[in-house]
Amino acid sequence: MTTALMRVRNLDKRFDTIHACRNVSFELHQGEVLGVVGESGSGKTTLLRCLSGEMLPSAGTVEYDVRMRGLTDIAALSEPERRLLRRTDWGIVHQNPRDGLRMNISAGGNVGERLMAVGARHYGEIRGEAVDWLERVELDQDRIDDAPSTFSGGMQQRLQIARNLVSKPRLVFMDEPTGGLDVSVQARLLDLLRGLVRDLHIAAIVVTHDLAVVRLLADRLMVMRRGEVVESGLTDQVLDDPQHAYTQLLVSSVLQP
Amino acid sequence: MYVAVKGGEKAIANAHKLLDEQRRGDPNIDEVEVDQIREQLSLAVARVMAEGSLYDPDLAALAVKQSQGDLVEAIFLVRAYRTTLARFATSQPIDTARIDIKRRISAAYKDLPGGQLLGPTFDYTHRLLDMALAEGRPAHEVEADAAGVDGEMPRVTDILNYEGLIETDEEDPERDPSRDLTRQPLAFPAARDERLQNLARGDEGFLLALGYSTQRGFGGNHPFAGEIRRGTVTVSIVPEELGFAIEIGEIEVTECQMINQFQGSAEMAPVFTRGYGLTFGHNERKAMAMALVDRALRWRELGELPQYPAQDEEFVLYHSDNVEASGFVQHLKLPHYVDFQSELQLIRQLRAEHAGRFGHNDDAQNDNIQAEAAE
Amino acid sequence: MTVATNHNGGTESGYNFAYLDEQTKRMIRRCLLKAVAIPGYQVPFGSREMPLAYGWGTGGIQVTASIIGPDDVLKVIDQGADDTTNAVSIRHFFQRTADVATTEETEDATIIQTRHRVPETAMKEGQILVYQVPQPEPLRQLEPRETECRKIHGYAEYGLMHVKLYEDIARFGHIATSYSYPVLVNGRYVMSPTPIPKFDNPKMDSFPALQLFGAGREKRIYAVPPYTTVKSLDFDDHPFSVQKWDQACALCGAEDSFLDEVILDDRGRKMFVCSDSNYCEQRQAAGYSNPAAAADIAAYQLALQGEADA
Repeated sequence: MTTALMRVRNLDKRFDTIHACRNVSFELHQGEVLGVVGESGSGKTTLLRCLSGEMLPSAGTVEYDVRMRGLTDIAALSEPERRLLRRTDWGIVHQNPRDGLRMNISAGGNVGERLMAVGARHYGEIRGEAVDWLERVELDQDRIDDAPSTFSGGMQQRLQIARNLVSKPRLVFMDEPTGGLDVSVQARLLDLLRGLVRDLHIAAIVVTHDLAVVRLLADRLMVMRRGEVVESGLTDQVLDDPQHAYTQLLVSSVLQP
Repeated sequence: MYVAVKGGEKAIANAHKLLDEQRRGDPNIDEVEVDQIREQLSLAVARVMAEGSLYDPDLAALAVKQSQGDLVEAIFLVRAYRTTLARFATSQPIDTARIDIKRRISAAYKDLPGGQLLGPTFDYTHRLLDMALAEGRPAHEVEADAAGVDGEMPRVTDILNYEGLIETDEEDPERDPSRDLTRQPLAFPAARDERLQNLARGDEGFLLALGYSTQRGFGGNHPFAGEIRRGTVTVSIVPEELGFAIEIGEIEVTECQMINQFQGSAEMAPVFTRGYGLTFGHNERKAMAMALVDRALRWRELGELPQYPAQDEEFVLYHSDNVEASGFVQHLKLPHYVDFQSELQLIRQLRAEHAGRFGHNDDAQNDNIQAEAAE
Repeated sequence: MTVATNHNGGTESGYNFAYLDEQTKRMIRRCLLKAVAIPGYQVPFGSREMPLAYGWGTGGIQVTASIIGPDDVLKVIDQGADDTTNAVSIRHFFQRTADVATTEETEDATIIQTRHRVPETAMKEGQILVYQVPQPEPLRQLEPRETECRKIHGYAEYGLMHVKLYEDIARFGHIATSYSYPVLVNGRYVMSPTPIPKFDNPKMDSFPALQLFGAGREKRIYAVPPYTTVKSLDFDDHPFSVQKWDQACALCGAEDSFLDEVILDDRGRKMFVCSDSNYCEQRQAAGYSNPAAAADIAAYQLALQGEADA
């Protein structure tokens, strides 16, 4: 087996009296999509923040296979190294595209920013890449000079995905990527995401309360409840034959999100 | 040649003369004296001293006279003078518990040791223009016992402190107590002493608006005016060659202690928290606004969420100084010919390109409008 | 050499030479040394409150006051001209407080304090050009927070700067920044050249004189040592370019200088003259003129006459 892209050991996160994540451990490999499900308050978003370096865990480690360095504790990286990782080798897709886009910059500028950040200085090439990426996320390339504020929610989300994937990240974090979208729009977006992740062989960690999302996207699944992972395994296995009572509840849709 | 367009030395000299003529106004009317300003426009003088950061009623009164009553300009004059003064010592912290009191009120307690003392205040006046004043009526005389009180005047925050209901203000022994914002640039995040220094010099109107915003809904600190006191305190220094404190004078100050709610956290039980305001002279509005803004800016140490404008340290501290703000806003009066020329060229180019791209030229239309306007 | 001396007979009483006290000057010179050692880096300094308003040159004045000596010869320009009101005012300030000789000749000055222009006449080694800086932070319009700007500079994360240029090209087909055009100094720090027109940017590159920048209100000092690379940000396929005029200066016929537009009437008639008044006068004294503009000059003189009569 190859070495892991990300390795998490005994991750704990506390806020004052709240124990948001307890003893979470897992490994993620290149090209693998991990789904994290649970109702709101289960600690899944806190976990994602700890993994993406936005927060430091109270205990435990998050290691990432930094290029040229191998598995490295991300807490041990300097701030500029962490910032560099976040805008090159990682992608972060927020639930609300406004958190992940520059709303007053054109679509092309949004997609091109990561390229310029790593030194691209040829306008024509940057624009060419932007056109290419708009096409890949099924946005009309005539909209390249329009600001995202003129886009629909689904279009903004696709633009956010293009903005992240343009730097060819190896790992993408997604927080409820289809939340807030109409059901029909959700389905198209999921289809698009699945295609991109497979084609580009990108690893992803997808946090959601929506089991339909993980069924379509995730290879493996972790079910969280009150900060703990109560069950994990291959997605089909967990969803078709849930072992833990909480997972059974989730699957039988007794729990509303 | 085209010198005339660019002003010059003569224009400046003339402007100075005209300004002085305007200052004097009608020469048939008596000229106002500096000591009249000091005594009869004492609140203007107090504001100039507070925001000018220099306690000198005579110089502040002179500045008010010289600036023709433009207080921000007067503050600027005092600041520019202050910056040239040598620092010969750093005073000991003043003790506002040992105050020769003129006014002291608490909105938190009905009665308290030392009592409530209304003192001189506009608060309960009816804002009716006093026509008799225009006629030059004599001032009211005050009976001796109404003028002030002696005795113990413990601070309300100290009273709360006996019960441990309010946070204590701990001194940080690591910090240089004489750090001076006019000598060292502000750095972020700013410590509380730097923030308070900045607010003490800050524009009264700006702080008033920010403090107001925290009460109206852009903030959530639920303040009580724990205590407002005004009076005279002594200032002392410890000269190196003596090694003990000597008094060098007295200053009048207004102090406001706001008491605010705090829900508590895992480490800290629920407790009242403080917002602090202190100004030179009689300056109650400023002291209260300052205390509200001070409390709002303390979100970080109290683990609150920064959600409101008054909590935004960079926004508040970078824009509070009226000498900086006034200078920069008014510098727009300076010639910008060169930049404007660059923009003129650019806009002509952009319009020509626009016409080229979209195949119409609305210059002709504009010319028509101008022609009509000229007629 | 035409050098004017102060006829007031000595400096303003009660103030130190060049207004600032010696401790303050030393503090500022330490910051200047640091700035020279790290070209383009903004050094925070204990900016003093000056008797001139913030935004009117307090930073440049403090820098000049800290480096000027009794033997220096000072030139002050605003918009390229020695006779604009603020230049006159600042020159007076140093005449009053430092009793130094002043000049309008670029060649004769040891220190030139400027707002918005780099002189047309080439400066040489040993001279110092002091810029007045209203806003030292080239990122400010993109990122209002000082704390974040410091990180962007510290980690050299300058992608955002190019996003702005990208947006210009996408919208207009070319970069539409005409002044305060950002530069990269010594391959490391992105720096605001102050609101000089981009026309002047190329002069800053490998400049033989020392360039010092003072921002009083924002409390920052920065510097470009002699012969340092100063590159205007651009794209490979949209290289930086400067303004050009179809006209020559109406007075001296110069075709290589930055021209100001002088309005002759309310029907759009105008003429163009050098913004650098000293450069223009020198050329006129050397016999250069622009016969093609004779009618414009006559119209201008007529207009002036009209004003005088009215």
